[in-house]
Amino acid sequence: MEYNTVLTTCAYCGCGCNFYLEVLDGQIIGTIPSKTSPVNKGKLCIKGWNIHEFVQSPERLTQPLLRKNGQLKEVSWDEALDYTASRLREIKEANGSDSIAFLASAKATNEENYLIQKFARAAVGTNNVDHCARL
Amino acid sequence: MEKVKETVRELLGSGKIKGFLGLCKKNGHIGPHLFRDEGDLDNMVIGDLHGPGDARYPLNKQLIHLARCYPEETFGVLVRGCDQRGLKALFVWNQLEPEKVVPVGIACPQALAEACECLQPYPEEFVEGEKGEGHSQDSVAKIDSLDLKGRFAHWMKEFDKCIKCYGCRDICPMCFCKECSLQTDVLIHAGELPPESPIFHLTRAVHMAGRCIDCGLCNEACPADIPLRTLYKKVADILDEEFQYRTGYTTEEKSPLNILGEAPED
Repeated sequence: MEYNTVLTTCAYCGCGCNFYLEVLDGQIIGTIPSKTSPVNKGKLCIKGWNIHEFVQSPERLTQPLLRKNGQLKEVSWDEALDYTASRLREIKEANGSDSIAFLASAKATNEENYLIQKFARAAVGTNNVDHCARL
Repeated sequence: MEKVKETVRELLGSGKIKGFLGLCKKNGHIGPHLFRDEGDLDNMVIGDLHGPGDARYPLNKQLIHLARCYPEETFGVLVRGCDQRGLKALFVWNQLEPEKVVPVGIACPQALAEACECLQPYPEEFVEGEKGEGHSQDSVAKIDSLDLKGRFAHWMKEFDKCIKCYGCRDICPMCFCKECSLQTDVLIHAGELPPESPIFHLTRAVHMAGRCIDCGLCNEACPADIPLRTLYKKVADILDEEFQYRTGYTTEEKSPLNILGEAPED
């Protein structure tokens, strides 16, 4: 039997609430908000309270999907990235830079978010940058 | 703290318990922890970071998680007065087995007993702390002093703050139902925000009758600072007045709301 409470930070938004994930025999079974975290002081929102559910969900995507003939098919990262890059280029050429928008993520690091806005502004040429925490 | 550690060391050393569910200070934070090794109790704490009992956790809830997966094993658990009431009620409700649980008690300091307005701030048996005085439920008396209209307005104003995080239920060591009334569509509509008032809170309050052991963790978990503890204290008072029953004070008695009487005659 292995039971651990692992202190970690919520991945849902930029607040940075702390909680313990209850891990029993390698399975995450519960979320317990940290009472001593200065950020959330033992409280959580409904998303944070249920964060243990998505980590090991069988419905999580494990591979990129590409729609072919109306059906989503698992493809390699190379194929997915090549397709995305070529379509972005086509769309930009046909309709202009501002026809494209970028959605950054509170689940990503500062550095990754910096990169996506840099890519949007410098490579694609648009200021259309928003983020998923505006829910 | 030394006496708790000593007791746990003996329990683990003798093999009487598989593990001890207590609190541990790691990286400047206090959190729940399952102690397995009698030689590794250095970081064990009783849950005071800046003040008495400011880092309490629903250890009985975690104990239920363990017991469901390992029903044959015996576990130790750190208990305050409220936790012991919780254990007794959980035994009555068949959520834990008394012979599989070894409580190690601590009595709460008077300051905590007063802040909690706790009627019995100590378990029957404890190895640490001093037996404090029970405290009157002033928060309830204050609201009771309002007239009906005033009381209704008070609670509606509090309920209006709710963001429907379900934290009160999720933290509650006495919420063990597999199907929760707060997720039953006929009562509470999924996806509706804010929750319909006062049905959401009254549904929970009714379910806390005969169940709530007045630990106050819901109050501490509420991001909107709704004084849920006062509400459930009042519910417990009504049960006491009507049925002379307070949850968690005896191991034999089921909540009177759980007893189906004879069908009434026409």
